Amino acid sequence: MTFVDREWLLTEQPASRRQARFGQAYRTWTSFRSNRLAMVGLGILVMLVLVAIFADVIAPYDPLRGGDLRTARLLPPSWTHLMGTDDQARDIFSRLVHGSRLTLMVVALVAVIATPIGLLVGTTAGYFGGWVDIVLMRITDIFLAFPRLILALAFVAALGPGIENAIIAIAITSWPPYARLARAETLTLREQDFINAARLQGASAPRIIWGYVVPLCMSSVIIRVTLDMAGIILTAAGLGFLGLGAQPPQPEWGAMIAGGRRFLIDYWWVATMPGLAIFVVSLGFNFLGDGLRDVLDPKGER
Amino acid sequence: MLEVEDLRVAYPTRRGMTEVVRGVTFSLGQERLGIVGESGSGKSQTGRAILGLTPSPGQVTAKRLEFDGQDLRNATHAQWRKLRGARMSMVMQDPKFSLNPVMTIGAQIVEVARLKRNLSRAVAKTAALDMLAAVQIRDPERVFAAYPHELSGGMGQRAMIAMMLVTEPDLLIADEPTSALDVTVQLEVLGILDRLVTDRGMGLIFISHDLRLVSSFCDRVLVMYAGRVVEEVRADRLHEARHPYTQGLFRCLPTIEGNAGPLPTLERDAEWAI
Amino acid sequence: MVGRARALPVLTRLAKIVVSLAVTLLGLLLVTFLIGRVVPVDPVLSVVGDRASQSTYDRVFLELGLDQPLVVQFWMYLQDVLRGDFGDSFLTKRPILDDIARVFPATLELATAGVLIGTILGIPLGVLAAVKQGKLADQIVRVVGLVGYSAPIFWLALLGLLVFYAQLGLVAGPGRVDITYEYDFTTKTGLLLLDTALQGRWEAFRNVFSHLILPACLLGYFSMAYISRMTRSFMLNELHQEYVTTARVKGVAEWRIVWVHALKNAAVPLVTVIVLSYMNLLEGSVLTETVFAWPGLGSYLTNSLQNADMNAVLGCTLVIGISFTALNLISDLLYSLLDPRVRRRR
Repeated sequence: MTFVDREWLLTEQPASRRQARFGQAYRTWTSFRSNRLAMVGLGILVMLVLVAIFADVIAPYDPLRGGDLRTARLLPPSWTHLMGTDDQARDIFSRLVHGSRLTLMVVALVAVIATPIGLLVGTTAGYFGGWVDIVLMRITDIFLAFPRLILALAFVAALGPGIENAIIAIAITSWPPYARLARAETLTLREQDFINAARLQGASAPRIIWGYVVPLCMSSVIIRVTLDMAGIILTAAGLGFLGLGAQPPQPEWGAMIAGGRRFLIDYWWVATMPGLAIFVVSLGFNFLGDGLRDVLDPKGER
Repeated sequence: MLEVEDLRVAYPTRRGMTEVVRGVTFSLGQERLGIVGESGSGKSQTGRAILGLTPSPGQVTAKRLEFDGQDLRNATHAQWRKLRGARMSMVMQDPKFSLNPVMTIGAQIVEVARLKRNLSRAVAKTAALDMLAAVQIRDPERVFAAYPHELSGGMGQRAMIAMMLVTEPDLLIADEPTSALDVTVQLEVLGILDRLVTDRGMGLIFISHDLRLVSSFCDRVLVMYAGRVVEEVRADRLHEARHPYTQGLFRCLPTIEGNAGPLPTLERDAEWAI
Repeated sequence: MVGRARALPVLTRLAKIVVSLAVTLLGLLLVTFLIGRVVPVDPVLSVVGDRASQSTYDRVFLELGLDQPLVVQFWMYLQDVLRGDFGDSFLTKRPILDDIARVFPATLELATAGVLIGTILGIPLGVLAAVKQGKLADQIVRVVGLVGYSAPIFWLALLGLLVFYAQLGLVAGPGRVDITYEYDFTTKTGLLLLDTALQGRWEAFRNVFSHLILPACLLGYFSMAYISRMTRSFMLNELHQEYVTTARVKGVAEWRIVWVHALKNAAVPLVTVIVLSYMNLLEGSVLTETVFAWPGLGSYLTNSLQNADMNAVLGCTLVIGISFTALNLISDLLYSLLDPRVRRRR
């Protein structure tokens, strides 16, 4: 067993495929690590996950049940209530902490639903060309003809408010850009000789797509998805703000801002704090996405 | 007019500063000097360093770098601007990329003519048209109003030459001026360049990877390898070259009278890179 | 090459664009139609109310064509839309298209103001960031832009109101114009700034301006974030091109190289970006108009949402979708007009 250390990873002449792969991964990681903003983004994301997992432990109060309505309503931030209380005498900090679960759920589910759909549509359209391409791209273009928020809005309005419907609506409106991207990548890959070689060997189309094309599209799609996450969080918050997301008393961040609107002028913290949370998480994803792009696709933006 | 001694161009890399030009020395009068080398030999970087155009992370040092007596080593931005265009010019490889795609040819030529020779718009236009005619463009008015993508490679390069010579500089650096052109067009463009340089008594530095082209066109040839000048020889004495790299290059040139056997392979000696 | 021989390729191009447009619009209608059918709420009930008699219910059921197969229903829907009949709003009891026509100018005014601010600020900032790449100015511009990408627009809107209206009293509050000035002029174009200026009503103009400035700056900030980022990206690309070296060889001044040579090249895709920003602001207005009580399309949509007026919601969606498609078309057209490489020679 060779001794795995930094020198082994960075060697100019790797002795085995595994060494080359690990070495490449390590180089990518060090390059990524040197980007401070990207590390901040990663940190924020990690924190989000941790907060969501340990919400019960971190949150000092119950997010759904308020305190004494006579004395604890609309209290300003203090040591007992880090971010103050809202009009139902609920601790805002605890609500934010628990709301992180909803945010994470939205982000994860949308990514998990939209990315495969986008990849499938895009690679199929790009690989087969012809009618398949035209029809699939028409459908994609039609979805792209609406702004994402508006279309999601219409879907949720039709399906009925609720966090599951919001997730479905956002996922439905998110996959088109990924399809476009996957198709563009597939088109360049399709001409490559190694694809032709595989075809000559008798590989079937699904095998080629799954085995060759998709893995090569992955990095740019992942970058796109990560960068999109910020927008998805904002869209979800927007839906919540309009009352179409998680329903009260769920501590969804966008809905909390809407709830605090009435008291904005005298009790600013009720609407401001949730917005801050959304801002920080969205910023984190943006940093992360930018960092990933710098590392994985330096041709994009210098 | 140009004195270069121990010119070095270095770029920062992950492993420290790497020199791409390692101590180039030569002088140039009103003659034609060819710089020959393969990719990565540092010939283009030398040309750019002379004009002060080394891109940003690169650093240029030299014991001497003088143009017409003026020390260029610590020239300020303003001093460079005064020299460039008016007294030193450069023709680059591919007019598709080296000409501004959204400006007409005429606009680009007039710009430098007005800037450097302080001409009025009308006089500058006439000068530009004259110059376009001098590079044997048959319809100067049409080319004047055309955009770069509307011209063929040869015409574009001729327009480029016109643009660079309209200010009547003393020194012209041609960085692979014909490498992007078809062979027949190459000869035409070279002929034009030849005549103009002779007529105006300019100094010319001709950078190329094509040994035969350079030797037929220039008076002297510098052969570069791995950032160094390995040989300096007169163009008509190329067969007397002493460095094995030059000899190897020379032997690789196919001749009509030569035998039809396989061309000799250039055996590189690691020592040449030191 | 004479005129007629050249007309044919132009015509075929035009025909292709028209067909493509028609297919897209058809798709838009299909989507809105299908969404409308997904509604779990009984569409008949939303028209007759839940206290109607069975016969009324049946009558309306047939009127709405709900007994027909889906394709026929779509065909009827298509005909209605092409005639301009988007149905009636449940709330206002008026034709939806009339409502939309009434509120659209307000959103148009806001979005235009926003894009103007975004462009005027965004392009110079983007150029600056590109020229000073990696240095402090670049970092600052990028951070400012990043905030615009990460902050929820409705949250910043609320904060803006809080700080600039409530605390500092610098701008007027919600609404487009104070009641005292509302009848001081006649609304002709729906663009109040224009109307008041054209009629010389300067006090009203000032009032309208003070109402417009905050939401416009807010949307303008988001527009600026996007435009500056794209400008920076395009400029960085251009500044690494060979023709920039040529310009330097010619001895052209650095500022001229940046602002004339490079920016001219970047201008072509930038126009597309500006149009895209317009589209983004149309979307953003949906969330911000309620905050500012701005009586535009966004408020109308949000109102309809809160009152479950599906017809109105779908009508708005359709209008916005059509606007988007139109804007896309305009940006493609502008691109081909401006880029000399794509332009056909006359």
